[in-house]
Amino acid sequence: MSDAGALDPLEIAEAWHAEGRAVAIATVIQTWGSAPRPAGSHLVIDGDGNFEGSVSGGCVEGAVISEAADVIATGHPRTLEFGVADETAWRVGLSCGGTIRVHLERLG
Amino acid sequence: MWIRSLQALNLARQARKAAILATDLDGQGEQVILEGEPVADPLADAATIAFMTGKASIVDIAGRQLFLNVYLPPPRMVVIGAVHISQALARMAPVAGYDLTIIDPRTAFATPERFADVDLVPEWPEEALARRPLDPYTALVALTHDPKIDDFAILDGLRRKCFYVGALGSRKTHAKRIDRLTRSGLGEDEIARIAAPIGLDIGAASPAEIAVAILAQVVQAFRRREMTGSPT
Repeated sequence: MSDAGALDPLEIAEAWHAEGRAVAIATVIQTWGSAPRPAGSHLVIDGDGNFEGSVSGGCVEGAVISEAADVIATGHPRTLEFGVADETAWRVGLSCGGTIRVHLERLG
Repeated sequence: MWIRSLQALNLARQARKAAILATDLDGQGEQVILEGEPVADPLADAATIAFMTGKASIVDIAGRQLFLNVYLPPPRMVVIGAVHISQALARMAPVAGYDLTIIDPRTAFATPERFADVDLVPEWPEEALARRPLDPYTALVALTHDPKIDDFAILDGLRRKCFYVGALGSRKTHAKRIDRLTRSGLGEDEIARIAAPIGLDIGAASPAEIAVAILAQVVQAFRRREMTGSPT
């Protein structure tokens, strides 16, 4: 029912920030169909591409992580959409057939 | 996300306090809302619904798209009494997503053999609950029907606004319990919050069936609970 535990993404994001690392936070903000992770789920990424948490069952994390580098560099938040109806589906589609929107922003 | 929002969220979560992060999806800022805090009007209803359901969602507030992410403490169950029903509850509660702790000072009952892999505290509730206090996201289930063990925990559960306080015992046992609790200063409203006889009325007979009835009643209480947080 929660993300509590040793590998809590928001605790890790705070710890990374305290160490002086650049951090981006990705959050599932909307889902349609059978999405693997509910709205509110977090993936946190640092400037070197280290990450913790998840926004899907592993299908779109790679794409989110590469977008995170841009968001960290520019500081501009963006919203990404993934799903079978999306033109990127051939690349990073959700095998479960769902669609998700992910909000990605820099921690600062 | 601002670092001070993240810090506020993490503090609330560590303290088992419910919180909402409201994020403007066009990058026009964000706000952390703690449960029980007054919320400015256009957001108040949406925040109340979010705290009730625990579900994150996008809402339209005054022409702005806000994402409300809800962080509820994981609900847990504290059981007083290492009895037969508790053995069944200890297996069922985790399946329903509830962490469970069993407290019983009677070391003949509270044995690791009877409760393998269970968080079992062989102490008086006065001691055990001082170290790990009850809170609004905890269900208190009193099963010993021994006033020396149950009564303190029931009082403490009501005082700390547990979303569920249930007590095992026949109507006659409960009538005596009401007498004692009234004498110790508890009001009618508070006494009415005690689920007794415990469990949904499904005709449960065996200890395992009673455990099902209790667990179902706990889930019902959590999903239909009112906001219990006090201003901080």
